[in-house]
Amino acid sequence: MSGRRLPILLAVVALAIVGFAAANRLRQSRASLPAGVTAAMLDQAIAASWTSADADWKARLRQDETQRQCTEARNKPAADVATAIQARERVRIVYPADGKLVGDWARGKELAESGYGGRFTDTSKAKPNGGNCYACHQLAPSEISYGTLGPSLTGYGRAHADAARAVYDKIFDSNAVVACSQMPRFGASGFLTPAQIADLVAYVVAPDSPVNR
Amino acid sequence: MRDRRGEPSVTGIENRSGSGGSGAIDRRSRVAVLARRVSLCLARSAAVAMLVGAAAVWAAAGPVDATAQTPGSAASPAAGASPASDKIDAELERFRRMIDARDPFSNPGYLFVDRGSELWTRTAGGAALAAVCDLGQGLGKVEGAYAHLPRYFPDADRVLDLEGRLLWCMTNKQGRDAKEILKTRFSSPDHTSELEDLTAFIAAKSNGQPLTPPLDHRREKQARALGEAIYFRRQGPWDFSCATCHGAPGKRIRLQALPAFDDHRQARDVMRTWPAYRVSQNTLRTMQHRLYDCFWQMRLPAVDYASDVTIALTVYLAAKGAGGIIETPSIKR
Repeated sequence: MSGRRLPILLAVVALAIVGFAAANRLRQSRASLPAGVTAAMLDQAIAASWTSADADWKARLRQDETQRQCTEARNKPAADVATAIQARERVRIVYPADGKLVGDWARGKELAESGYGGRFTDTSKAKPNGGNCYACHQLAPSEISYGTLGPSLTGYGRAHADAARAVYDKIFDSNAVVACSQMPRFGASGFLTPAQIADLVAYVVAPDSPVNR
Repeated sequence: MRDRRGEPSVTGIENRSGSGGSGAIDRRSRVAVLARRVSLCLARSAAVAMLVGAAAVWAAAGPVDATAQTPGSAASPAAGASPASDKIDAELERFRRMIDARDPFSNPGYLFVDRGSELWTRTAGGAALAAVCDLGQGLGKVEGAYAHLPRYFPDADRVLDLEGRLLWCMTNKQGRDAKEILKTRFSSPDHTSELEDLTAFIAAKSNGQPLTPPLDHRREKQARALGEAIYFRRQGPWDFSCATCHGAPGKRIRLQALPAFDDHRQARDVMRTWPAYRVSQNTLRTMQHRLYDCFWQMRLPAVDYASDVTIALTVYLAAKGAGGIIETPSIKR
């Protein structure tokens, strides 16, 4: 009797697991919008909550396809979506006109330390946007005020030979390297120029940069 | 929801194994019954283990969700801090002890509370708020009001937080001009803010009470869900969502520890301590300013005060922080 019942039990368990998997897929496919919220409701709430902003500022609230897909997947895209995101972002990468990926680390240092730019109080046209790298990364060991949202990059150039291209790509468009990366797409968004990114690359990889000394 | 979905399968297995059992027992020896029980027990254990395993995989693969985390399992915000930041945290802690947030004579936040107390009973636009404003606990009643916000107000037909309700009362019950009031929504060295003062006064009247946003009205649930959607929405030139900075425990921006809202303890500690006297700004701020400030850092345009978005986020966060014992005004960086 028990010998006949065991397979039935296992079959029920197997069915339950299949059920779980199906429910999970369904849940993930609509994860971006919790129960009771529609896309229209969300759009309406956003439109109603930024009434005083100028049109060009309001445009910042519109999602591009990558932002939309990463929101929907809560930054864990399925393999096919991740591949599509990386392919789409990869073609956006632009290299400096002179072809030099490694610029001036001293200028890069200033950019890495500066969090200026992009906020509605940052109105100076003369002051360049900064990369704000220290907000999230440890870089030069002498700088003790660093954030931890991203990995430590101290000694990165020492540990990784010929990393210039990879670092450039990562800064220019992080999502070309890792789909739904939390790091801003600094070059693709136009926030930093290719020349500025080359300076940041130098700060990270140059042997004489404080990051690697 | 997840647990409820799991239950029927487990129950189903138990029912099946139980249904054929009782008739068979009479025809079998005690030894056979024992053997069968052991095998059933093993089968059940295996089934439960597999279900638990499946649930674990499911939880791990699923999106960030408070219910998937063990409360208190995450590291404290200061975890992973460098010696330098430890030192700064220790200094701030020493400063906090020195000025004892609970002592009205040393916490500068109580200056705002006192002004708010006066403003509550002062006549403006032909009426005092104390006479015309219902914060959810009855006309003019401030005790415990903040602990039960945000909530749905039928007269406004909106879910409102404390700041939003005060603004509604000032415009609809006192008949004042919203634009004028909002000019001083945030205090500056040049002027005080009625909204900040009143919020400080009323919030302090819930000190010692657990934060208990009602969340049972359809519109309150909707606001909470909307808040969740906004919390995870990536946008702007830097692609940030709220979860970019507040999604994982033990992280910092520069030296500033970031609360992770999926950690129930951290969420409670944040939500029970606003409004706060912010040392870096030399003034008192409320949650409306905190969110405005976050959106500013996210490189988004200035969000409207007491807007659908900021109120929905407050509902979502208050739900995460529910149960925290209110202690305001606190002292923050």
